[in-house]
Amino acid sequence: MSVVLVDAGGTNIGSVRYALQRLGVDAALTADAEAIRTADKVILPGVGAAAPGMARLRELGLLDVIRSLTQPVLGVCLGMQLLCDESEEGDTACLGLIPASVRKFEEAPERCVPHMGWNRLLPLASHPLLKQLQEGDWAYFVHSYAVPVGDYTLASSDYGVAFSAVIARGNFHGMQFHPERSARVGARLLKNFLEL
Amino acid sequence: MLSRRIIPCLDVRDGKVVKGVRFRDHVVMGEIVDLALRYRDEGADELVFYDITASPEGRSVDRGWVERVAREIDIPFCVAGGIRSVTDAREVLHAGADKVSINSPALERPDLIDELAAAFGVQCVVVGIDSMRDADGEWRVRQYTGDPSKTRSLARRTLDWMTEAQRRGAGEIVLNCMDTDGVRQGYDLLQLTAARKLCSVPLIASGGAGTMAHFRDAFTQARVDGALAASVFHSGAIAVPDLKRYLQQAGVVIRLQETAGHE
Repeated sequence: MSVVLVDAGGTNIGSVRYALQRLGVDAALTADAEAIRTADKVILPGVGAAAPGMARLRELGLLDVIRSLTQPVLGVCLGMQLLCDESEEGDTACLGLIPASVRKFEEAPERCVPHMGWNRLLPLASHPLLKQLQEGDWAYFVHSYAVPVGDYTLASSDYGVAFSAVIARGNFHGMQFHPERSARVGARLLKNFLEL
Repeated sequence: MLSRRIIPCLDVRDGKVVKGVRFRDHVVMGEIVDLALRYRDEGADELVFYDITASPEGRSVDRGWVERVAREIDIPFCVAGGIRSVTDAREVLHAGADKVSINSPALERPDLIDELAAAFGVQCVVVGIDSMRDADGEWRVRQYTGDPSKTRSLARRTLDWMTEAQRRGAGEIVLNCMDTDGVRQGYDLLQLTAARKLCSVPLIASGGAGTMAHFRDAFTQARVDGALAASVFHSGAIAVPDLKRYLQQAGVVIRLQETAGHE
């Protein structure tokens, strides 16, 4: 099985790659359109802001490449947000693959932004990506923007407000948390993605 | 609900984990990757590696061990020590660290905080603050605390600096209370409580943990997001799993591993 990590400049690429290696998969890091089109699985990692993230994909000529993919695709953190229609972060138009808008967390007492740390996953739908996930399993999040719970939410999490932790539409999937940094729960979810 | 975080801190000197009392008299505690794996297995929520010699010597962190840690562990970790530029930070982040923490270099050149936040996002930028109470009762910042002969007292008040750091783009603050560090008499709840009121990003308590009740108090009284400690964990005085069960019983939201064991 060939797995590629889209090299869009995110700083967590190394960590995602190591996490896949721990599962016995050596993923290639690439920005090459053909390599991405022909891979069995495509992962779009991402850390940073939405506008530079989209700009980078545009510069690499990858917007339509990613939009045209039919194999399982996983966006992680910012990568998940880029799969949506738009982000409030810099009023950025995103890839439009999952009909959802990314919104900033409102700061409130006892609610620091960024939302940084371990939070519980609440599965809302049955999906092979969530195989063996149990209600209340912990995952590691680091983000200031989030996708509200909607039609494409597979699992939510609660930070004073409920938000989407896992989303999917067709072959496009997203995880707001960092599976590569979510211990055994994260490893399980990555394994589930590889088995889709 | 977001859990409170337990964060073992591994002070690194010449590629080994060390610990001193009141930042002095360092003794070797063990190998970096071995200790990192031990804490991961015990349920630590995050790790901080603090190269205490890097900043006073004006050199950056050796990235070799950062990559070794990143390959092995599957919990987040932060690297601190001698990161003075976007280039230094990029090396450490690309080697696999999730965050960088800056302390003395941010005091030398506060724009560094803005530059790192612009380059990597605030979520990658931790500002560590070493603070001590002066004779006049004010908490003020200390610089170059890794080497007692080079440690400097600054005129900056700790809470002013913390506020400025957030405005510039710090995504997390680690407040190292030096009066209580290494002596295991408890976190500096007074100072942490004062800091909490002015801190709208995650606040991590550091310095003074000796008993499990000290952690509880930092969470329930000072309302910190995370508690960092070194010697009580390295010496075995407190085991992370015991601490987490204790905190859960005390009503603190904490990540326990039972639900994670699927295989």
